Parts: sequence; C-alpha cells; structure tokens
Amino acid sequence: MAVVLSIKGLVKAYRPGVPVLKGIDLDFEERGLTAIIGSSGTGKSTLVRSVNRLVNPTEGSILFKGQELSRIEGKALREARRRIGMVFQEYNLVERLTVMENLLTGRLGYVGLFDAWLRRFPADDVAYAFRLLDVIGLAGFANQRADSLSGGQRQRVGIARALMQRPEILLADEPTSSLDPKTSVEIMELLKFQGIDHNIPVLVNIHDVDLARRFADRIIGMTGGTVVFDGPPEQLSDDHLKLIYGGEGWLQ
Amino acid sequence: MAAVSAVWQRHSRGQKLARTVLWLLVAAAVAASLKGIDVIWEFLWDAPEQVADMAWRMWPPDLAYYPQEVHKALMETFHIATVGTIFSMLFALPLAILAAHNLTPNKALNLFAKTCLVASRSVNSLVWALLFVAVFGPGPMAGTVAIAFRSIGFVGKLLGEALEEVHFGAIEALKAAGATQTSQILYGYWPAVKPAFWSIMLLRWDINIRESSVLGLVGAGGLGMIMNAAIDTFQWERVATILLTIFAVVVVVEIVVTFFRRRLI
Amino acid sequence: MSMVAAKSPPSGGDPPFHSSWQARIIALLVLVYAVYALGQLDFSFDRFVKGLDSGAHFLARMFPPSYKNWDQLLTGFIESMEIAVLATFFGVLISLPIAVLGARNLMPGWATWPARLIVTLCRAFNPVITAIIFIKAVGFGALAGVLALIVASIGFVGKLFMEAIEEISMKQIEAVRATGAPFMSVVIYSVLPQVMGRLVGFCSYQLDSNLRNSTMVGIVGAGGIGGVLFAAFQRFEYDFVLAILITIIAVVLAGELASNHVKRIFRV
Repeated sequence: MAVVLSIKGLVKAYRPGVPVLKGIDLDFEERGLTAIIGSSGTGKSTLVRSVNRLVNPTEGSILFKGQELSRIEGKALREARRRIGMVFQEYNLVERLTVMENLLTGRLGYVGLFDAWLRRFPADDVAYAFRLLDVIGLAGFANQRADSLSGGQRQRVGIARALMQRPEILLADEPTSSLDPKTSVEIMELLKFQGIDHNIPVLVNIHDVDLARRFADRIIGMTGGTVVFDGPPEQLSDDHLKLIYGGEGWLQ
Repeated sequence: MAAVSAVWQRHSRGQKLARTVLWLLVAAAVAASLKGIDVIWEFLWDAPEQVADMAWRMWPPDLAYYPQEVHKALMETFHIATVGTIFSMLFALPLAILAAHNLTPNKALNLFAKTCLVASRSVNSLVWALLFVAVFGPGPMAGTVAIAFRSIGFVGKLLGEALEEVHFGAIEALKAAGATQTSQILYGYWPAVKPAFWSIMLLRWDINIRESSVLGLVGAGGLGMIMNAAIDTFQWERVATILLTIFAVVVVVEIVVTFFRRRLI
Repeated sequence: MSMVAAKSPPSGGDPPFHSSWQARIIALLVLVYAVYALGQLDFSFDRFVKGLDSGAHFLARMFPPSYKNWDQLLTGFIESMEIAVLATFFGVLISLPIAVLGARNLMPGWATWPARLIVTLCRAFNPVITAIIFIKAVGFGALAGVLALIVASIGFVGKLFMEAIEEISMKQIEAVRATGAPFMSVVIYSVLPQVMGRLVGFCSYQLDSNLRNSTMVGIVGAGGIGGVLFAAFQRFEYDFVLAILITIIAVVLAGELASNHVKRIFRV
C-alpha cells in the first residue's frame, strides 16, 4: 500500500526548550485504523493536532499526499484542512445549531459566505447529510438542536460532520474518553467501518488499550514525546505496555 | 424518509414567516425613521471634513487654561457627583424599603414608592438640572440636587430588588427569636444586601461623575459650564483641554471603581 | 449645609451596621467631606429656603399640565423615536465588526487594540458632549442626535458584545476551523450562534436607553422631544413642561412593561 501521510522529525515545543514531541517519524498508509496509545501528557494529542495544524509544529515535516503541511498558511491551509476530517474528545458541536447545521459546517470550506449565511447548501450536500444521518442512526434528528443530544449521539454527529468533508483522512482525538464503555465501543465501530467504507486511513488517539487492541490494525505506543512501539496489535505485549505507561500494578 | 429528505430548510414555514415579518418590521422602522428625520445628505457627507476641521482647530490644546479655570470646575464636578450620590443614598434607602414587598407588605405603599422611583429614573439628569436651575437659580446647587434626584430611582430600584432577593430563612430565624422589625432590618437584611448596596453606590458614583460633567450646559455648574462658554466663544483649544480632562477623569474613575469593586467581592 | 448634618451620618454610620472602628472613621471622613463639599458648592440654608419658595411658585405654575400644544409633543416624540431607532440600528451594525475585531480570543493584538481604543473613546464621553460636537459638524437637528447616539451605542453594545465573544467556547470554534472554513464562515457558524441570544438582549436594552437619551441630546439642539422641552422652558410654559415630563415617564414605563413582557415570552 502507498504511504499517504509521512511525518518526519516532528518537534513541538509549547515553551522553548521543553519539547512535547521529540522528533517523531511515522508513515501512514492509505487504509486501516491506527490507534495511538500512551498516558496523558505524552504528546498524542499534539501529534494528531499537528496534522491539521490546530497545533503549529516547531520543526519537522508533515507530507500529506505529496503536499507539505507543516508551514502552509491562509488559503492553502484552509484547503488542506478541507481534506482532513477531525473528531474531538468533547464532540465540539456548535451547541445552539441544529444537527443538520452542524453537519453542514463540514461543507463551509466549499460554500460562499453569503450562501453559508442563508443556509443555502448544494442539494448534493444536503442529500449526503441525510444519508450520513441514516448511517449514524440519527435519521429524523436533523432539526434537533445539538445541545439536546446525549454524549454518544453528539459524538456520532461529530463523526458525521467530519465525514461531510468527504475527507481523505480521518483524525480522532480521544473520541471515547467522555463516553461510557458501551457507547465507546459503538463509536470505535463507527470510526473503523466508516474508514473502510470510504477507503480512508483513520488515526485515533485513545487511552483504552483494550479498545485499541480490538479495533486497530496498527498500534503506536508513545511515552515522553517519542514513539516506543509501532506494530500490529497482536505484537503488543505486557512488556511494551510497561514501557508505554510505566509501572505494572495497573496491568493486574 | 429519503423522498422528503432531499430538501432541508432551517426553519419550519411558520418560523420562516415570523422571521420574515420581524425583519420587515425592522426594515420598515429604519426606512420610516430615515424618511422622518429628513437627513440632509450633503451635511452628512460634509461631516468628516467638519470634524477634521474642528480637530485641527483644537490642536494644540490650551494646557495653560487648566490651572486657570478647568481645575476649579473639575473639583466642582467631583463634588456635585459625590454629594449628589450621598444625598441620593439618604432618600433611596427608605424608598427601597417601601418598594420591597417582603419588607413592606402593603400594596399601596409599594406602588407609591415604585412610582416615585420610576419618575426619578425616567427623567434625565439634564432635565432634572433644567428644573432645578429654574428653582434654585444657576450654579452647582441645582446640579447636585439634580444628580441626587436622578440617582434615587436607580439606587432605589436596584436596592429594592436586592432586598426582595434576601433569603427568607435567615429572616424567619430572627422573627422566631422575637426580633423587632428594626432589628430584622439591621441584622437580617442589611448584612445580606451590604455588598450589593456598596457596588450599586459605586456604579452610580461612576455614572454621576460622567453625567455631572455635562450638567453645566444648562447652567448647573461644573465642567459643562466652562465648556459651554468656550464653545460659544469658539475657543477650541480650551474645549480640547476640557475634553482631555473629562477623558482622564473617566479613566481614573474607572480604575478606582474597579479597584474598590474587587475589594468588595 | 445643615441639611446633611441634621440627618444621620451619610455613609451608613448607624452603630449596629458597622461596629468596627474602621467603619466609624470612614463614616466620619465622609461626613467631614460632605460638610466641606457643601460649602464649596454654595449650599446654604438661605438659598435652600429661597429655593423652596421659588420651587413652590414653580410647581404652582406647572399645574395643571397643559396638553394644548399636543401636536408639538407628538412631533417631538416621533422624532425622538426615529432618532432612537436609527441610532440603535446603525450603532449595533457598526458594533458587530468592531466587537469581532476587538475580541482577544479571535484576533491578534494588532487588531484588538485599535478596536478596543475606539470602544473606549465612544464610551468616555457623555452623548450630550458628542451631540454638541456633531451639531458643530452637521448643524442643529435630529441628524446630530442620531450620530451622537450611534457613538454612544458603539461604546455600550461594542463593549458588552466584545466581552460576550470573549466568553464563548473555543472548542466549538476550533471544530469549525478544522473543517477548513474561512474566517467569516467560522464567525457565522460558531461565534454568532453562541452570542446571538445576548446580542438580542443588548439591542433591546440599547433601543430603550437611546430613547431616554434622545430626550437629553435634544436639550442641546439635537432634535427630538428634548428640543420641544427646552423651548417650553425658555418660554416659561411650565405647564407644558409638566405635560411633556408626564408623557416621557409614561412612555418609559410602557416600554419597560413591554420589554418585560417580551422577555417572558422568549424565556418560555
């Protein structure tokens, strides 16, 4: 399989001299779900957010389908972001808009300002949004306000919003951390199979090692801003986990 | 589902109609007003040039004028605002107590107090100043009384509302202990509304400083009086000095009020 | 000066309120200040009694209120309302972009400080002062009043709206930004929905306050009911003055009741 996303020597320091990411080198292929595991504060989030530049990297290169993302600005950055879908830990829906409006924000990069203001979106986009609502099991919720939904429902809308962009890659930053175990499994299933259906790679930050093992095609373990494990789930041993999370009491 | 779903409208037909009507009403009101006040567009287009011309004549400000007259007028403005605020407090307290229905369980008295407060608030301080200039003659006395009369309604309304929000439990306990009405007020209500009271007074004092700087335009003393004189004689450099003074005072007062409010909370 | 001295100390000096010595000293200082300031302000018992005298005379001339010139009253009021509507509409319209530019969570420093400076300047001067300046610029009449109140509205709505924007959730902004939406679309889809409710509140408050203030700017010659009032004063038609004041109070009261009613409808 061809490599679509290639990260080379990525460094991010929020404060000079205190890097959170210490030179990450990773390649991602055009299909499959990759889970990034590691304890809090180890730079998982920073890594994922560097890809769509919600975080500006300090050094290194991010090559996405032949385009260098790490230094672009303005229009080029917006156009790159349109191709990258993102799912957030706290869903980040616009609470006071309806479900449909939240989905259509995924198309804002393509719609003129005036049309966006009047909510005039191409019929294609609206039809696609209704299809996605069916897929995520929220048909009939189009005109509900986002703040009336439950956590799991919100995260489904969050995924649908990302898919509305017809993205070429899907990023998910701790998508299950605010959800109960059952809902977490449903959300991971949705991410996994949407990735397969749309033929795009999925990058998921996740705390839960069991969920990662169950759904990922590849696991990346991080600790202290560096990658310490990179391989298929079946190769991830307890020794690796000790290395990633430190200690071993929690493994019992 | 799929057949209907191809079209999506943000609003139902009824909502859409209501919104359209609302927008039309706004547009009609604006259009009618534009027509009503009969804007002379040449004057409006000319305005930037006129303002620039005025600014040019104001430069440089006549700073030597400050010690001559501005300082005295500034102090007068300060006294008008402060004493006016103190007066308003004396009258607003009883009115607020009369207006709060939990303290004064008498509908007629409530209504009377509320009417006084509304009357005080609805009439602008400049209009009050006009009235009191007619009564007391020109000078800062009229200004002080005007500021006090305008503030009574403001302080009384907010204080009355604060009194009505006092938690009932504390008062019940005092009542059960056989406290008189007066000691209920002193030991039950007063501690509960004290922070609100001081922050209302601070807020009003801030507003009064700003307002008392213009009362002089109708002859009620303070900075407005010398500003009026300077404008009438086209001494724009002096006007600039006065405007700068007002600006500085407003900034200083805002800093002082912020400081005290932080200490209150 | 005997007026204050006769009353209890002005700053809550009643012993049970503050028993601490600090409070007593503050109360004493306020009292001393009040006596000093009253002297500075030419308050004297003499003047006060004379004032009461002329006040009685004045009141006698006010009653009964005269609605003989009701057509002037009506014209003045309509003009005041027109001034208030235009000032609110354009004031809010101009405030919106300024508030977005001034919000520190959306904009870099080079954009926020000029926007904040504009808002501070607009807030610093009483509308009467701005009105006088605009009268010099565009002549006597309602236009000067509209311009002065537009400035006041920018100062007020701009400040509150800026603060409202600074309190919104950045997560919702981040998500819309991450879709590649241009800045203005982010504003429309993420900033506005979060602040719209409060904006409507600010607008209705500002309309109310502009109506009140339009009575004030009229006194210095900027149109509306204030001009009619001032003219009546100068002609010593105090009964007409009272009629105008009663009408102003009634309109303000009616407006307050109406806005309470509207608020209740929207909350349900």
